[in-house]
Amino acid sequence: MAIKFALKPPKAIRECLHRNGPLGSGQHWQRTAAQTLAFVRRINYDPILLFFLMLIAAIGLVAGYSASDQSVIWVEKSAFRFALAFLLMLAIAQIPQRFFFTIAPWLFGFVVLLLVAVYLFGDIGKGARRWLDLGFIRFQPAEILKLGMPMMLAWFLAKRPLPPRFFDVVLALMLIAVPTILIILQPDLGTAILVMMAGLFVLFFAGLSWWYVLGFGVAVSAAAPLMWFYVMHDYQKERVLTLFNPMADPLGAGYHTIQSMIAIGSGGVWGKGWLQGTQSHLNFLPEGTTDFILAVYAEEFGLLGLIILFGLYLAVIWRGLTIAANAESTAGRMLAAAISMTFLVYVFVNAGMVIGILPVVGVPLPLMSYGGTALVTIMIALGMLMSIRTQRSFLGHER
Amino acid sequence: MSRVSPVANQKRPMAPVANGRLVRLLLWLGGHWRTAIVSGLFVLSAVILLGRAVQLQVSEQGFYVQQGGDRQQRAQVIPAHRGMITDRNGEPLAISVPMDSVWINPMELIKFYAQLNAGAVSMKIKDRDPIQTLAEFLSLPKANLQALVDSNRSKQFIYVKRQLRPSLADQIRAAKLPGVGLQREYQRFYPAGDAIAPLIGFTNIDDQGQAGLEASYNNYLAGTPGQRLILKDAYGHEVDDLGVIKEAQPGHNLALSIDRRLQYLTYSELAKGVAEHQAEFGSAVLMNVATGEVLAMASVPSFNPNNRASMTPALTRNRALVDQFEPGSSMKPFTITSALESGRWKPSNTVNTSPGWVRIGGFTIRDHRNYGVLDLRGILEKSSNVGASHIAEDIGGQAIWTTFHAFGFGQDTGVGFPGEVPGKLEDWRKWSVSGTAAHSYGYGLSVTTLQLATAYAALADHGRYVQPSLLKVDVPGTFVQAAPANDADTVVSLLQSVVSPLGTAPKAQISGFQIAGKTGTSRMIGTDGSYSKDNYNTVFAGIAPASDPRLVLVIVVTDPQKGSYYAGDVAAPIFHNIMSGALRMLNIRPDNLPNEPPQITAASTPVPIKPAKAGGT
Repeated sequence: MAIKFALKPPKAIRECLHRNGPLGSGQHWQRTAAQTLAFVRRINYDPILLFFLMLIAAIGLVAGYSASDQSVIWVEKSAFRFALAFLLMLAIAQIPQRFFFTIAPWLFGFVVLLLVAVYLFGDIGKGARRWLDLGFIRFQPAEILKLGMPMMLAWFLAKRPLPPRFFDVVLALMLIAVPTILIILQPDLGTAILVMMAGLFVLFFAGLSWWYVLGFGVAVSAAAPLMWFYVMHDYQKERVLTLFNPMADPLGAGYHTIQSMIAIGSGGVWGKGWLQGTQSHLNFLPEGTTDFILAVYAEEFGLLGLIILFGLYLAVIWRGLTIAANAESTAGRMLAAAISMTFLVYVFVNAGMVIGILPVVGVPLPLMSYGGTALVTIMIALGMLMSIRTQRSFLGHER
Repeated sequence: MSRVSPVANQKRPMAPVANGRLVRLLLWLGGHWRTAIVSGLFVLSAVILLGRAVQLQVSEQGFYVQQGGDRQQRAQVIPAHRGMITDRNGEPLAISVPMDSVWINPMELIKFYAQLNAGAVSMKIKDRDPIQTLAEFLSLPKANLQALVDSNRSKQFIYVKRQLRPSLADQIRAAKLPGVGLQREYQRFYPAGDAIAPLIGFTNIDDQGQAGLEASYNNYLAGTPGQRLILKDAYGHEVDDLGVIKEAQPGHNLALSIDRRLQYLTYSELAKGVAEHQAEFGSAVLMNVATGEVLAMASVPSFNPNNRASMTPALTRNRALVDQFEPGSSMKPFTITSALESGRWKPSNTVNTSPGWVRIGGFTIRDHRNYGVLDLRGILEKSSNVGASHIAEDIGGQAIWTTFHAFGFGQDTGVGFPGEVPGKLEDWRKWSVSGTAAHSYGYGLSVTTLQLATAYAALADHGRYVQPSLLKVDVPGTFVQAAPANDADTVVSLLQSVVSPLGTAPKAQISGFQIAGKTGTSRMIGTDGSYSKDNYNTVFAGIAPASDPRLVLVIVVTDPQKGSYYAGDVAAPIFHNIMSGALRMLNIRPDNLPNEPPQITAASTPVPIKPAKAGGT
């Protein structure tokens, strides 16, 4: 009796199923399929972007299986995270882009307040004050700004005449400077630079005159020595110095870089083959599933694998820039272009660190590195990119 | 794209000179500089990343392959099996038993704990707390082990415990602890224990000979260690065996001339005698007359070579080789040999030793009492210093020195024992008149127990000096005729009277055998450099059987404190006990069977002889 009851679907579902005719009949399947197709068609996504992203994620799982010492559990967990992340991206893609700019100032203001709060009351983890513990959740407000910053600037600049006037540029620079300085104080130079660059990209794409760009370049060159002596902490300097001579301290500061370079270099053109990487499987390569997954991949798949992977990333970025170029709204265009370029920065900084041309900073490789917060941020950004693209077709072509 | 580039840039009028392609390109770039910058960044990033990848993976691939190998591979030493030391019959005296030593890599342990605390330890590593676990296995306090790690942070190799028993080592190996390793080693085991320890010596914990024959034959015994290549992970675990680079060459076995049964007998009887007389120390050498092989060499006190804690320098000393002493009257047979060799003396010649003392070179030499007229046999039997001095005066220092030298005194024996001393025999030209006399009864020179045994063996072997050997001799070596055979044989026959009831050592007599021998009781030189009145060195050197000498045994007991201090009472009974056992064990035919008229020993206690200033028995 109990079993019979359990097998019987609830009334609402029964009725829903019967709307398409008797269960199991040909007519029923046809109608259901047609309705499903119609629903899928209504989902707004960019198939080109999605295709490349899924390829990268697939490579990430393949490399991760090796990096996690062939842990099926790891792959299952990782695949589940990717699935959730892709769903999140698609969900964001359904939101009209207007919404992002509506919430931009509120989000921005809120996060800046949080940064102040972190500065005053934040938890200290690994020697830096980055985390805010709200009792139920512990998070890094700076992470939100990686998206909040370009959204805010795009919203701010789009309302004003373009190219921006001098006064607007000054205001925009202040908007960039305040949170950046707060993040530097944490101290988290890596995130600060990413946040600052996201803002500057928006300004750049707003049609800033090349005088400003040139001036900025000069300012950065002048600021670098000042940063070195007045802003950077000893551990940060150490990382930079290690870059130039990793062998100076092979078991300390240079350890990550050396092990990673050995992994990549010993892979050669064709690689050692999947699951054959010795550096990773003998545990010499630290953080093989997270920040240094590229080294695991390059050791096993060689130069050929790297060319394919870099090609996929460049394809994603190129597609993002294309979306930006074709965007109808000014704010959308600026945001899309800034997101694409930030994506490029992510890939370049991580890959540069792994192949030993940039200092070791905790920047994950998008869609390859195993990590929660970063993946969420990236997928939201990609969702926005898709939203900006689909918005155009809503306006341009009636469907 | 149009709105990306500001309108102002696009509407810039074309310059009239814009004919060339390059100029056009530059103008176009001027109009689309923003696009150009983005594209430039794009291309630049790709070129930098791929360029670097090509550099690492193509140009410098070999370097990184080698670097990886250096980190992932470790050459592990395969210890060589140290050769066995056996006695002449192949019975083991020192054998190597495989053991395991446990070591830690403090750097890897610290790295492991750092990663553990950071939660970054790979999923494959499911180890328990390695320090805790190892401490439990070894029954050590965890704090001690932790302190060892902390105080050696920059080291990669520290032994925790050497030579564990194999069952425990297997458990530790199975636990696969990071930063903890085991190394195969060999522990030396000495089945004969203290009976032969001062001769064999011992090895240190690294299997290197430190003393005795273990040290002198170290290279021969040690062999050559091999090497094996190990694939290891970052925590120092051995992941795979990549094969042997070099096989270990085991050391050679060393067969000694020692007979283990005789060694036990010699050591136990000597130890008994030394204990009985509360002597400071003693040594004994039993030698095969024909080959010069040492059949037993004992030194008391001894030590347990299987327990390093029992070792002190005083105990590990091989008294038979590294201690020298004034032989006293035990040198008189060689003085008599010299006299016979000179042709000026025959055994029947006599010396008038009255009144029991003589003044030579300002020194008074005394016998215990006035023995009157003595022939050469009588001089040996009564151990007359006056008689020996008269002979020395007659034949001169050079003759005595030549004989002593021919019998090997004052020279290295050639057995190659670490710390062995050659004794002292000064050139006869430096001898004073009294010094010449002193040499004739064994003062003014120093010898080792082995030297004395070798010299007696030469005497016993018809004057043929054979170099002594601690190793088994398969083919008898060459000999040097130290003295004419007739003279040597004569002295041996004269020496038989010493063990007669009228001699100084009746306690050395062995029923069924003819024994030749000589006592020696000498005053020891005290700390102030003058001769002591209370401390004596007692020697008995004997030959058996005297009619066809096979064995020579020399007993030295230094500073007996209890009972008589005369060699005839201290060293001679020990000689009796050892030699009678040795003759029986070696199944040597008796040459004095009891169908002859039995010798009745009347008063076995010899009359004590008061030694002179430089006197002896």
